[in-house]
Amino acid sequence: MQTGATKRGVLPGFGLTMGYSVLYLSLVVLIPLSALLLNSTGLTWGKFWEVATDPRVLASYKVSLLTAAAAGLIDTVLGLLLAWVLVRYDFPGKKIFDAMIDLPFALPTAVAGVSLTAIYSQNGWIGSLFEPLGIRLAFSPIGITLALMFIGIPFVVRTVQPVLQDLDAEVEEAAATLGASRLRTFRSVVLPELLPPLLTGFALAFSRGIGEYGSVVFISGNMPMKTEIAPLLIMSKLEQFDYAGATAVALLLLLISFVLMLLINTLQRRVRKTVR
Amino acid sequence: MSKAKTKGILLSLVLAMSVVLGACGSDSGEKTSGGAGETLELLNVSYDPTRELYESYNKAFAAYWEKEKGQKVEIKQSHGGSGKQSRAVIDGLEADVVTLALGYDIDAIQKSGLIDEGWQQEYEKNSAPYTSTIVFLVRKGNPKGIQDWNDLIKEGVEVVTPNPQTSGGARWNYLAAWGYALHQNNNDEAKAQDFVKQLYEHVKVLDSGARGSTTTFVERGLGDVLLAWENEAWLSVKELGPDKFDIVYPSESILAEPPVAVVDKNVDKRGKREVAEAYLKYLYSEEGQTIAAENYYRPTLDSVKAKYADQFPDIKLFTIDEVFGGWAQAQEKHFSDGGIFSQIYLAK
Repeated sequence: MQTGATKRGVLPGFGLTMGYSVLYLSLVVLIPLSALLLNSTGLTWGKFWEVATDPRVLASYKVSLLTAAAAGLIDTVLGLLLAWVLVRYDFPGKKIFDAMIDLPFALPTAVAGVSLTAIYSQNGWIGSLFEPLGIRLAFSPIGITLALMFIGIPFVVRTVQPVLQDLDAEVEEAAATLGASRLRTFRSVVLPELLPPLLTGFALAFSRGIGEYGSVVFISGNMPMKTEIAPLLIMSKLEQFDYAGATAVALLLLLISFVLMLLINTLQRRVRKTVR
Repeated sequence: MSKAKTKGILLSLVLAMSVVLGACGSDSGEKTSGGAGETLELLNVSYDPTRELYESYNKAFAAYWEKEKGQKVEIKQSHGGSGKQSRAVIDGLEADVVTLALGYDIDAIQKSGLIDEGWQQEYEKNSAPYTSTIVFLVRKGNPKGIQDWNDLIKEGVEVVTPNPQTSGGARWNYLAAWGYALHQNNNDEAKAQDFVKQLYEHVKVLDSGARGSTTTFVERGLGDVLLAWENEAWLSVKELGPDKFDIVYPSESILAEPPVAVVDKNVDKRGKREVAEAYLKYLYSEEGQTIAAENYYRPTLDSVKAKYADQFPDIKLFTIDEVFGGWAQAQEKHFSDGGIFSQIYLAK
């Protein structure tokens, strides 16, 4: 029965698990996505292009992608720092600190948005400190980035943390005994190992940021051409029963995100190859 | 791949599918209603700020119906943004009646075939049992001296209003401003557009919904004036303290008509037409109108109107039909892609 190429695994159950995977992937991802495609087939190509490249829509793509990228980058740096502290040091309250990292996952995003706006608006605790300097935190792209940073930080910490845990301190000690400076040790020994998870964390935080709606609408101010994010425009089209238009905007956004994800994944594979 | 494996995959697919289908089917045991002694269930799909109104009205109607027909009726409410609620009904939420913020959202349900044509003539007053209007909520003492629409575009005045493209309720705000400007300028559309453009230049935060704007104005303390539905303005004043805000009535505003309709397909399918129609009709009764007035909606019945005359100052009100020729036209001209609202922002 067995064809030459396939090798029987040690553990049974391939058929069962694969069947479930295919089914769930279909139900949860593929079918909704194809419904998305079907919805937009009400549009001709010309109309689709016109809707998806409307100046206001393009501006919203720009806002969404730039703020998500900025938030992803900042999260990558801060997330590494957080993971480092959590793995390498012992301090009282560490367990609580560790658990708190996951809070942004559990908190309804609208709650996050409302509380962030309360703090960062020009009358809030932090916002009022920046107002005299002429820097407006809430209701500006900075506000959107802040909200996305909040949403994205657990992704970076949780991808970097396990890798950092597995990293042998002996290797660093060996580097040190061989005369490497601290910076050199970090750059040549630690960082290459961490680069793949950092990239994954960035990709997750970034893509989560592109789609985030709930928290952003409260803090962004939603000014067309300036702080209007693409998901809001999609909602706005739905509100006018323009299903096809909404789908057109969503599709192009999806396409851009997909290409970016693909690029990041390729980059990651390359990094992994050079490391190993 | 081996045959056994393929079989295994297929088998598990079937298994999993049946689990999913089983879960879906379990709630299909819907019983058809009818006959005394059984409790009738009615689902009223409404928009956000009517929650308190329908909480009291449902009790009143249940008592009335039991007395009239000896039938118990339990009314369930669903609230959310008007447009979202409309889409939910179109997508299959089994509403028996809809009570939404604007006719456009009910028109959309009609287009899907669930509501028969001519719903707006089904009940009196354009099927709007209670009305409202757009007023200004200002900080106590009205420090910026805002009296009318043209004060909103004065130097240094910041206006808070939701985005009319994401909030159905806020479309009334926009149209009220437009109608005022039109009347001030002898129906000169270009001037009206200029006024509305200036007005939205004074808006620094466009929240996605009415509650969001209220939060921005009340909790964050941003802006000098909030454009709000009259009932929302009264609620804010009542709940947040009359020592903090004042309500200013402009010289003229729009008559906001939040309409109601029976969802014909759904009630006929389950034999609930009689009670659903009575439910909406009773909104026009003395009791229904009083409950509306108590919840700061303008009653349409003269006797109740007279009783609450103090609460609802008599200002000049124009309707959407008079100035804009109905929702379909207003929507197309102002809020569609490339409509006037979008142009305001593209022109910058």
